[in-house]
Amino acid sequence: MYFGIWVTLLVCTYLTYKLAFIELGRFNAAVALGIATFKATLVALFFMHVWHASEKLTKLVVIAALFFLLLLLGLTMSDYATRLWS
Amino acid sequence: MSMAATSIPQPVIPQGAERENYLNKEYGVWSWLLTTDHKRIALLYLISITFFFFIGGFFALLIRLELLTPAGDLVQADTYNKIFTMHGMVMIFFFLIPSIPAVLGNFLVPLMIGAKDLAFPRINLLSWYLYIIGGVIMLHCMLTGGVDTGWTFYAPFSTSFTNTKIVEAGIAIFIAGFSSILTGLNFVVTIHRMRAPGMTWSRLPLFIWAHYATSIIQLLGTPVVAVTIVLVAAERALHLGIFDPKLGGDPVLFQHLFWFYSHPAVYIMILPSMGVVTEIIACFSRKRIFGYHFVAFSSIAIAVFGFLVWAHHMFVAGISVYSALVFSFLSYAVALPSAIKVFNWTATLYKGSISYDAPMLYAFGFLGLFTIGGLTGLFLAALGINVHVTDTYFVVAHFHYIMVGGAVMGYLGGMHFWWPKISGRLYPEGWARLAALIVFIGFNLTFFPQFILGYMGMPRRYYDYSHMPEFQVLNVLSTAGATILGVGYLLPMVYFLWSMRYGKPASDNPWNAAGLEWKTASPPPTFNFDEEPIVTWEAYNYEELDAPHEEEVPVAR
Amino acid sequence: MQDNANSLTAVHDHHGEAHAAHNPALLHHFAEPQQQRDAASLGMWVFLGTEVMFFGGLFCAYLVYRQWYFGDFGAASKSIDATLGATNTGVLICSSLTVVLAVWAAQTARRNLLISMLAITMLLGLVFLGIKAVEYKEKFEEHHVPGASFSFENVPIPGHPGQFANPRHAQMFFSLYFVMTGLHALHMIIGLGIFLWLFIMAWKGRFTPEWHTPVEIGGLYWHFVDIVWIYLFPLLYLIDRHP
Repeated sequence: MYFGIWVTLLVCTYLTYKLAFIELGRFNAAVALGIATFKATLVALFFMHVWHASEKLTKLVVIAALFFLLLLLGLTMSDYATRLWS
Repeated sequence: MSMAATSIPQPVIPQGAERENYLNKEYGVWSWLLTTDHKRIALLYLISITFFFFIGGFFALLIRLELLTPAGDLVQADTYNKIFTMHGMVMIFFFLIPSIPAVLGNFLVPLMIGAKDLAFPRINLLSWYLYIIGGVIMLHCMLTGGVDTGWTFYAPFSTSFTNTKIVEAGIAIFIAGFSSILTGLNFVVTIHRMRAPGMTWSRLPLFIWAHYATSIIQLLGTPVVAVTIVLVAAERALHLGIFDPKLGGDPVLFQHLFWFYSHPAVYIMILPSMGVVTEIIACFSRKRIFGYHFVAFSSIAIAVFGFLVWAHHMFVAGISVYSALVFSFLSYAVALPSAIKVFNWTATLYKGSISYDAPMLYAFGFLGLFTIGGLTGLFLAALGINVHVTDTYFVVAHFHYIMVGGAVMGYLGGMHFWWPKISGRLYPEGWARLAALIVFIGFNLTFFPQFILGYMGMPRRYYDYSHMPEFQVLNVLSTAGATILGVGYLLPMVYFLWSMRYGKPASDNPWNAAGLEWKTASPPPTFNFDEEPIVTWEAYNYEELDAPHEEEVPVAR
Repeated sequence: MQDNANSLTAVHDHHGEAHAAHNPALLHHFAEPQQQRDAASLGMWVFLGTEVMFFGGLFCAYLVYRQWYFGDFGAASKSIDATLGATNTGVLICSSLTVVLAVWAAQTARRNLLISMLAITMLLGLVFLGIKAVEYKEKFEEHHVPGASFSFENVPIPGHPGQFANPRHAQMFFSLYFVMTGLHALHMIIGLGIFLWLFIMAWKGRFTPEWHTPVEIGGLYWHFVDIVWIYLFPLLYLIDRHP
């Protein structure tokens, strides 16, 4: 099963690389980050065994860290995104 | 001592030679410097943070002396900048942030949950060494010129224009921050994994909930300021400018990253104190805390909400007005869990059997002063008022009410409450009550005038106010108060030390308080409990404790 | 409530027995091995949480400036070698595989597999660092290292013919590039140190199916460093690559 994940990860990497050279406008970033998130999720769930974690606590720690990261990024960007509104 | 109408277990004098406990188990410097016993590490921290408290206090004294007169006549302007910077950096990073968690938390968390030690005792010791290394580097930095940017070391002054030792101070704080992260890590894992059988989450003392919430903040916030320090150091040392306007960088970004930690940091400083106050109020009202679950969840809520409000330090920095509105609203919201706690403490006092021992005096002080500090925070959260009083003494008074009137009072109250457990001795109650009173009076005299000064327009971080000499009266009052406050801080140092030799030996539970820590000897044995406790009772079971006993008084183990 | 007079001496005997009966790796403040394992695992996960926030600050800075200077960042991003970046991503993904195989080997008492997987992981880590060194050298030679000798003149902005990148903003990109990949590389080096230690322990036969916690938590750390790179690669190398 690990090999399957490994192959998927390598394929996704290749995909990201190739897609970057295709003009997708605004979606280039979204696609790249989307694939990256998919890869990261695979590593976390299967290589780091979060999927089979016996306790909910592990998942809670991961989610909490991501939540606060998004808070940092999101609320900071809320300043930059709205500076030119007035 | 206490006026509670209950039976207090008789002090048990150890039979024969002094019983073995964590203090006398081994002697010698290395048995202390290489210890992994959380109780010894707590004492190592106690000595170190007291040392830094006096250094920070010394700088405070210099500030107040300079401000006695309107003219800048004691020191030069640059020197004054260094003085208030060092006062802030030392007090925040080397006193307040470690204080309760590193001393009382380290000592009590395993005892309160029924564990033999923290989850990672060696990491605990590493934590202390990191703190010491950071402290030594900071001392060296101060002795060789110091830093003059204010403890907030804003870019671009700190990155491009100042000549002072930013990188060195940054390294010191980075290392001390690591110490803080490791302490938080230890507490979280310990509280999750090492609770004694029967010690469910709902039976945990609220002191533990408070430290759990504090640890979450330490873990999630400190790394952000750590990487900010790395960026500032990289800009100064390697010319990799991230905040440099010459490269199109935004100094306000520095403020975002800095305050993302530094606002939650203030909750690191106050939450443990709230935990202490909860324990004290319950004990000296002889009542279970009103609304246990509300208080527990309000601690977590403060930890989470505390991360949502940082830009209220930046209202005049140039952030967007819409963003400011959002942060202002959120800043009002963050006051709610704190208010819930104040209501619950008050409700606990209602119809309680109150006694006025020294810990309780500190708790009362906390209640009043934290409330004032917190309410003035709401003034500051309002955009209109904020613009008027930003960078004035109003802000200075606000945060000192919380950090000194709140956090330090809680720390002192906790030190008095658990002193018998830590040292096995009773402190002299009369002197302690006097000291508490002196601290309260001195504190208010120092900082209340500063609210007025700030509102009237006296700017902070100015060494010279000769353009407005009418500020002098209030400044003189403030300095007088600071002197009184200093006396109030010195007294406990003296009588605690005195009590270690001449104080009356303490029984296991001199306060007849609830909590697992009181069910083992004072001072506790190295492994805390003779047998693993099995908890079958709820927290704060004061009714049970105060019920007339039929069985014999618990024998000391 | 327990009430046991005279149990002080009993405590020490009890401890002595406990030591003899249990796995020597069990630390005395834990009641049983599973508790110790759970504590170690939770400790590492919590630590990784702090690392998320540590890198997070850098991602925040990156996000702000990429948004402000998209064109200039695109030009700068184009000047770093995406093929090398993709290769490095592949290298790390392979190393994550070897790590997870190492953990499996430890769980199933396959000592030789464990040792070889640990060794290959370290090797792949060195390959990664080697490629990074090549990239850094390239940047140094092209005067793209921020500082006094930085130069980024007349580089066209992708997709905007005739417009050239602002060198100051490009320098911002490179500042972030070096700090982010540098910090990541530092974590890789620390990871190599950890795996060297694991390798030595495995060589000495110290890991058993009952106790191989260091391998597990070392593995978690390594996977995390991989995940950081999984994000760094598209963000730094693939900003605006379309011809």
